[in-house]
Amino acid sequence: MFPFNLNPTGEFFAFFALAVCAITGAVMALSLAKVVHTALSLAFTFVSLAGLFILLGAEFVAFVQVLIYVGAVTILMIFGIMMTKHRDEERERGRPLLETLAAVFCLCLFGILFFAIRSAGFPVPETALPADNTTEIGTLLFTKYAVPFELVSVLLTAAFIGAVALAKREEEPA
Amino acid sequence: MSMLASYLTLAAVLFCIGLYGVLTKRNAVVVLLCIELMLGAVNLNLIAFAKYGVVPSLAGQIFSLFAITVAAAEAAVGIAVLIVLYRSRATVNVDEYDRLGR
Repeated sequence: MFPFNLNPTGEFFAFFALAVCAITGAVMALSLAKVVHTALSLAFTFVSLAGLFILLGAEFVAFVQVLIYVGAVTILMIFGIMMTKHRDEERERGRPLLETLAAVFCLCLFGILFFAIRSAGFPVPETALPADNTTEIGTLLFTKYAVPFELVSVLLTAAFIGAVALAKREEEPA
Repeated sequence: MSMLASYLTLAAVLFCIGLYGVLTKRNAVVVLLCIELMLGAVNLNLIAFAKYGVVPSLAGQIFSLFAITVAAAEAAVGIAVLIVLYRSRATVNVDEYDRLGR
């Protein structure tokens, strides 16, 4: 049987396929040489994450993920790549000590996390999420979470005005 | 291992890959993208707990919406700072960003 006593349901197979897609995209992003390829590979990871969100019954968050991450953040990064000059392949290798240390650190962190996850007992939830998530999220955002919602819109406005003010080309000759 | 543990393990894998990218990559755009990957892994945790936690509730999904919003703001400001730095240094190599002034 399965070593982790998994029950091979349809949800598990969908999860497995999407997880393989997400991890493949992330690993490819680190190993590809060109920066544009990295951005596109991470967009693939974000799409897989949106699929996992749908699998978890969070349809609204999945669409927001596709809109914001794939549609806005990745395109913004590609604009950033286009506006700057990249010396891609030259001087790519050459810091083996730092890379080994970082790999050991990340593997240790993953080992600790994995051990904690395996040893934690997760009780089975008694209730289920409401069926129409999007309606409930809308109601909650405008009743219980109204103040954080408005604060986030203030934060977004401030961040975008700040970004425009920062990136605006100055008149003085550089 | 329940489904929740599988989701948490996947999120841990993605987080560690993103952390490795942040620590080793020299290109500032790639570092920003890896930070986004780490934030995405955290969102996966929040949404997994929203469905499989002890008390399933929509608070996890709403928190992840807030996290996505803050991540978008962070990406916009990060790219703006990067472009300003690129104008003054003519490089995107994070190793050479060692001064804030000119």
